[in-house]
Formats: sequence, structure tokens, C-alpha cells
Amino acid sequence: MIINRHVKKSPKLSRSFSVLIALGVTLLVGNSAAAAQDKTLTVYTYESFTSEWGPGPIVKKAFEAQCDCTLQFVPLDSSAGILSRVQLEGKNTKADIVLGLDTNLMAVAEDTGLLAKSNVDTSAVKLPIEWTSDVFVPFDYGYFAFVYDTEAITSPPSSLDELVNAPDDLKIIIQDPRTSTPGLGLLLWVKSVYGDKAADVWKKLQPKILTVTKGWSEAYFSLFLNGEAPMVLSYSTSPGYHMAIDKTDRYQAAAFSEGHYLQVEIAALLESSSNKTLGREFLQFILSKEFQTALPLTNVMYPSTDIGNDLPAEFNKLIQPKSVLLLDSAEIRDNRKEWLSEWLDVSSQ
Amino acid sequence: MCRTPPYKPPWWLPGALSVLAVVALVGLPLLALVNEASNIELLDTISDPYHQRVINFSLYQAVLSTLFSVVLATPLAVALSREPRFKGRDLLINLFSLSLVIPTIVAIVGIVSVFGQAGLVNHWLQTLGLPSFSIYGLHGILLAHVFFNTPLAARVLLQSLENIPQEQWRLAAQLGLPSNSRWRFIEWPAIRPQLVGIAILIFALCFTSFTIVMTLGGGPRATTIEVAIYQALRFDFDINTAVALALIQLALCSLIMIATHSFGMQTSQGLSEIKLNPSTHYSSSHCLNGLIIGIAALFLITPLASLVVKAFNPATLTVIAHSKTLSALTNSVVVALTAGALAVSMGIGLQLSARHLRLRLNKRSSGKAIQLAGNIILVIPPVVLGTGLFILLRPFADVFALALALVIAINSLMALPFVLRILEGPVLQAAQRHDRLIQSLGIHGLPRWRLLDWPHLKKPIGYSMAIASTLAAGDLSAIALFGSERITTLPLLLYQRMGSYRHYEALTTAVLLLLLCLALFFVLQRVIGGKPDA
Repeated sequence: MIINRHVKKSPKLSRSFSVLIALGVTLLVGNSAAAAQDKTLTVYTYESFTSEWGPGPIVKKAFEAQCDCTLQFVPLDSSAGILSRVQLEGKNTKADIVLGLDTNLMAVAEDTGLLAKSNVDTSAVKLPIEWTSDVFVPFDYGYFAFVYDTEAITSPPSSLDELVNAPDDLKIIIQDPRTSTPGLGLLLWVKSVYGDKAADVWKKLQPKILTVTKGWSEAYFSLFLNGEAPMVLSYSTSPGYHMAIDKTDRYQAAAFSEGHYLQVEIAALLESSSNKTLGREFLQFILSKEFQTALPLTNVMYPSTDIGNDLPAEFNKLIQPKSVLLLDSAEIRDNRKEWLSEWLDVSSQ
Repeated sequence: MCRTPPYKPPWWLPGALSVLAVVALVGLPLLALVNEASNIELLDTISDPYHQRVINFSLYQAVLSTLFSVVLATPLAVALSREPRFKGRDLLINLFSLSLVIPTIVAIVGIVSVFGQAGLVNHWLQTLGLPSFSIYGLHGILLAHVFFNTPLAARVLLQSLENIPQEQWRLAAQLGLPSNSRWRFIEWPAIRPQLVGIAILIFALCFTSFTIVMTLGGGPRATTIEVAIYQALRFDFDINTAVALALIQLALCSLIMIATHSFGMQTSQGLSEIKLNPSTHYSSSHCLNGLIIGIAALFLITPLASLVVKAFNPATLTVIAHSKTLSALTNSVVVALTAGALAVSMGIGLQLSARHLRLRLNKRSSGKAIQLAGNIILVIPPVVLGTGLFILLRPFADVFALALALVIAINSLMALPFVLRILEGPVLQAAQRHDRLIQSLGIHGLPRWRLLDWPHLKKPIGYSMAIASTLAAGDLSAIALFGSERITTLPLLLYQRMGSYRHYEALTTAVLLLLLCLALFFVLQRVIGGKPDA
């Protein structure tokens, strides 16, 4: 009797199991075999570049109007993460272009052997430094600076030294140099000002660091603008956005007497790309007027070419660094690991 | 319908297939790790001051978490045993094993909403003019570990208290022993043998804890080996460091696991059915007991309640209808069901063959060995396994495109020990009861399974499928390694939303994940296992 009762039920199990498994397999296969459209250019970049108010939408529209292709931005969660991501994916990467690395990572990125020559005419490039790379195309630049809330701080530090020696109740938010290009920028800024004494300086800075975020957006938008800290590592250009768009002078950059560290943001084509012609077309497009004029108020950086009167007037009110600091990219490549360990060592104490 | 004798698969087939699957999924990645290790300087990684600090921190936070959990669990277990009847006692004790159903990351969102910067606790501290409490860093990690492990320990200790023979209590009552003597002569001797075992188990859980350290620590000052492996791989693309740390972690975990086993504890301890056997002795200090139980209940329930209350906010619908949320939800369902089905299939295969070896061929040790194969994952933390898979597959494929398959594989292995534990008893019983009958009827193979094993096993199978799917749905460790903007699951999406401080979005996502896990847990038990008392 017991046996009989269950005879009827048993097929149900095998059916529901096979339905489950079939469902799983179908969804799995469907998911991994993402439809490959022809003539799609895939660009890995950082999140804020692709946000609604970032340059992404403008650039996409303008480039697609001329290329007869689809421009697909893939937003990654941090800028330096773009490099580790293509390294992790290796030759199987879906990316055609990486956009959002910077001068500091140039030699590191070139050494991976994953990048192709750009073949782009860079004669229009106008930067505080001379541009010689035949792999990377610079799209904008800026100077790292601490941006402060004038309603919380009336007399900001006037030098890196003053910041380092400020009382510990002055709280700052910085970014992780392993994942974020501004984070790495500050590491190099401190290195270029203090050299071998950098570790001691970081020790002194520790009590003032409220938190270290993975990327710039979390630090700036989620924490600083919500009043979590009065000061954040950002760019000298950041106040330009608040002045031009928000019509407020509340957020200002502190000018440091030692000078400010330069960041040039760059893009490059991947050797593994099957769309090299289209990719080079895009790299050339980066230096076009359409792309360049979009940058000041969307990416809030100086464009890498001269756009004349298209540069918003507010950008003339920004602090100008007394001297421009920049370490040699090959030197960074040779020492980055050591410097990062030094920072990790101090930060973990 | 057909007269041909039913097909009779050899007894070793299910076990062999399962062992093969486990060996392929575990052995190959481990080989890849070891192979890669020949190219790296293991000593350099260990002697690096930062990595030494990471190793020390992993041990330090695990020791502290264990101490706090066990020290807090002891009075809680004693109070519960001394208060054998009050309303909600069973409910509270059942809640103690909820950590199996509630994903870690969901509970963390709840904990943050109570103890975080904008939470109740800091609000009170502020009103009282006291300095605020920071949930990020060591404090938060300890708090979360205590939240998960105190109930686990209390449950095990309560069981040993309830196993004290009634005669002892009667004797104590006749002698008129005061409460402190009862503790000294009856309760303490009962729980003492359990303490070392449960402490080692909690140490093992905290030592390899990933989600809690990722969300509440992760900065250079509060990073464990487990998280450092992830960071080496995803932040720096530093395969050398990742492999070196993975091997260190593997060695330490093996040591811990040997210790755990020698004290007879298992990670799946939370599953052991608790046989409540409340003693009839009365207690002299109801007040103190009530206070202890009340505080524990408040500590456990507040984060979850706060989570549910705060999840309903103006953004709720937008967050749920967001395409990212929906695609993560779909992926989570797929991962949960496939990983669950895979774990259960492997579990059944292993147990059937182990049973044959034990009962019919009388080879107990070989039977045990087969089961051990399924428990091997306990020595290998998911991030270590993931790193191995990464190195194994990277030369051939875009690992991120395979994310779902890899996450399913890792999660099914992680659930396997739980499945084995649930199925072991019932599978054996089914054979002990029916073997003679079957021999006389000449039923073998699939018909045997259908007629005899299935009816007996459908409940435990339903339960193990529910547990395995729920665990897989809530896991962050595997998807953290392989996830990307292309493929996310709810836990990863929740982690990202927490990481970018989108509190309301995080709260809603957390409740969605919680609902998914509860639904999986109850629906799967019902659909596969049938009606509760059928």
C-alpha cells in the first residue's frame, strides 16, 4: 500500500527536477552567449564618465552620428580598475578601447603588451607637458587638489605641509591608490614633494583620513557633498562645476604652495580588438571639437586641446598651480608596487 | 509496459559521477594554483610587512570574535535552560539558526542601519553627548561576527544543558542547591566539553569570513587574508600575491579543519536538529534570566526589523523595477536553483554509493572516504577555489563571461557538506528498512529509487535543496570574484549599492534578497518535500 501511494507521485519529482535544470541551463547559455552585433565599439571607462550628467551620452550621440556603428560604454567601478580588468580578461577581453587611465599608469599599461599603436595625429594636443606617446591619446587634464566646503572651513591649509601638520580634527576623504587614479595621484604627489620621507608624512596624515574610498565618485558625491567630511581629494577644476551649474561658490579648491600634481587622462586601443579601424577613428574623434567642448562641464576637467572661447568663463576663476608636479611614468612603473606597499604598510598600522 | 528487465545501473555509478564532479571542480583549480606557485616567491609575500599584518589581523579578529561569541552565548544558554517555558521561547531558539536562511550581507545592512552613522544607537549616543560608534573597521567586524555566532553557540550549549538527566535536577532540588552551586556542579560540567569544539568552529567561520570583512572592513587596517586575495586579484591583477596568499590560507584552513574535526564539530552545526527537552527545575532569579534573554532577543531582532521598516521608502518601487535589479534577481534565481540542484544531485550520488559500500559491502571506511570527498570544500575557502578556477580558465576563456557557471559550481560545492549532513541519516535508514523487502521482490536500480528511496527521502531532499539554494542565493564570495557590470546577482548588487552609500537602494535590495531567500527556503521544501505532515 505504501508503495502504491507513491508510485503516482514519483514522476512529478523527475519532472520538476528536469524542468529546474532545463530552466537553469537555458538561462545560462542565453546569458553567456551575449548577442554579438556587428560594428559595436566597446569602451571600458569609469562610472562617472558614463553617468547621465557625464560626457558619455554626448559623446555617444556625436560619434554614432558619424560612424554608423554602436558605441557601447562599459562603466567599471573605478578608474585604475580599468587596467586590472583588461589584464584579468587578457586577450579575451571584450573591450576595444580603454578610456580613463592616466599619465601615471602609462608605462604600466604599455608593459602589459595589450595595447596597440594609436596612429592618431596628436598635433592639436595642448597640455602643460609635451605629448609624445604613439599609443595613448590624451582626452583631458587637471590638477589634483583638496576641495573644501567653505561653510565648514574658513581658512584651509595653504600647503601640503600645513595639511599634514594640521590638527587631527580636520577630516579628509581620500581614494585608494590601488583602485583610483586620484588616489594614486595623491600617493605620487606626496612622493614628489617628500621623496624618502613620504612614509612619515602618511603616518602624520592617518588620523585625519576619515575614510579611503574605492573610487572618486563615492568620495565626492556620496560622502563629501553629503557633509560627511569638510575636505576631499579631487581636482582644482571641481569648483568650476559648482560655479557654472549650481551657481555657488561654496566649494573651493585649496591652493598648495608646493605645487599641484598633474593628471592627464588618456585612452588607448587594445591589440586584441577586432575593430581596430573603427577604434582608431574613435581615438581621433577624442580630439575633435565635439568631444573636447563637452568635457569642461561634464567631466569637469580642462580639455586636452585649445577650445578657445568654448571654455566656460568659470574655469578662469580656478586656482592656478604655482608649479606643476609630475613623476616620470617609467619611474612610477618601476616603483609603484614598492610605493603601494609602503602606503599599505603605513595605512594598516 | 515493457517486459524487459529494468535497467540496473551499477552501484558505484552515482558516487563515481559525483566524486568525479567534485574532483574536477576542486582538484583542477588546486592543481592550477600549485602549478602557478612554482613561479612565485612565496616567502616574499609572507615577509612583506603589510601581508604579515593582514595575516595577524585575520587571526586576531577571529580570536576576539570567538571569545566574545562564546562568553556571551554561555549565560544566554544557561538563562534559556533555566527558563523552560515562556511565550516565544521556541520561536527565539528557531531564530538562532536563521543565519542559514538570512544571507550575511542582508543582516549586515540591518546591523548598519541600527549601529551605523545614521542609526539608532549613534542617535542615542549623540543625545547623551557620547562619542559616536563607528561600524566600519574592527568594531563592526566583531559586532557582526557576534551577531551571527552567539546564537549558533548558544544553540549548541543549550542542547547540552537540555541533555542533563532530569534526575540530576531532582537531586539538586532535594539538596536545595542554590543557583551558583547548580552552575558549578551541574551546568558547567555539562557545557564544558562542548566549549572547545564550538570555539574552534566559530574561530574557523570567522577566520575565513569574507562578506563581513568586505563590507565592514576591507580598508588597509581591517583586511583578512580572504579579502586580501580578492583585492590582489581584482584590484591589482597581482596573480603572484593572490596565489601566495591563497596557499597560506589553504594551509591555515587545513590546520583549523583538522582541529575542528578532532572535536567533532562541523560547519553545518546550525543544522543539527535541536531536541528541546526543557527541564522542570525552577529558577531563583527570573529577573536576571529575563534580562539576558531580552537583550539577546533585542540584539537579534532589531537589525532585521529596522531593515524591513526602512526598506519601504519613496524609492522602493523605482529600485525594484530598475533593470539592474531585475537582471540581478533573475541571475540569483538561476544561481540558487541550479547550484541547489547540482549540490543535491552530487549529495544523493555520494550518499547512495557510500550506503552501498557501508551496508552491503561492509566497507565502512571506503564509505566514509566517499562522503569526505564531498566535505573537502570545508578546507578550501571559496575565494581560494575561485582564484584557482580563475588561473585555470583564463588562458582559454573570458572568465567574466562564464561568471554564472563558475558561481554555480562554487556555490554548489559550498552547499554540499550541508546536503550530505541532511541526507546521511535518511539514506541509511531507507536501506536498513527496505533492503530485505527489496531483495525478496528483486527490485533494483531506478525502480527501487522510485518506489522506495524517493518516498522516504523526498522530505530530506526537499530540505537540502532548500538549504543549498538559499545559501547559494545569498553568497557574495564567488560572485565578488567573477561578477562584473555584465553579470551581477542580488548580493553583488547589494554590495555595490552599499559601497556607493546609496542607503535606500541598499535597504530595498536587501529586503528583496531576504524575500527571495525565504521564498526559496519554504517553497522548495514544500514543492519537493510535499505537505508538512503527509
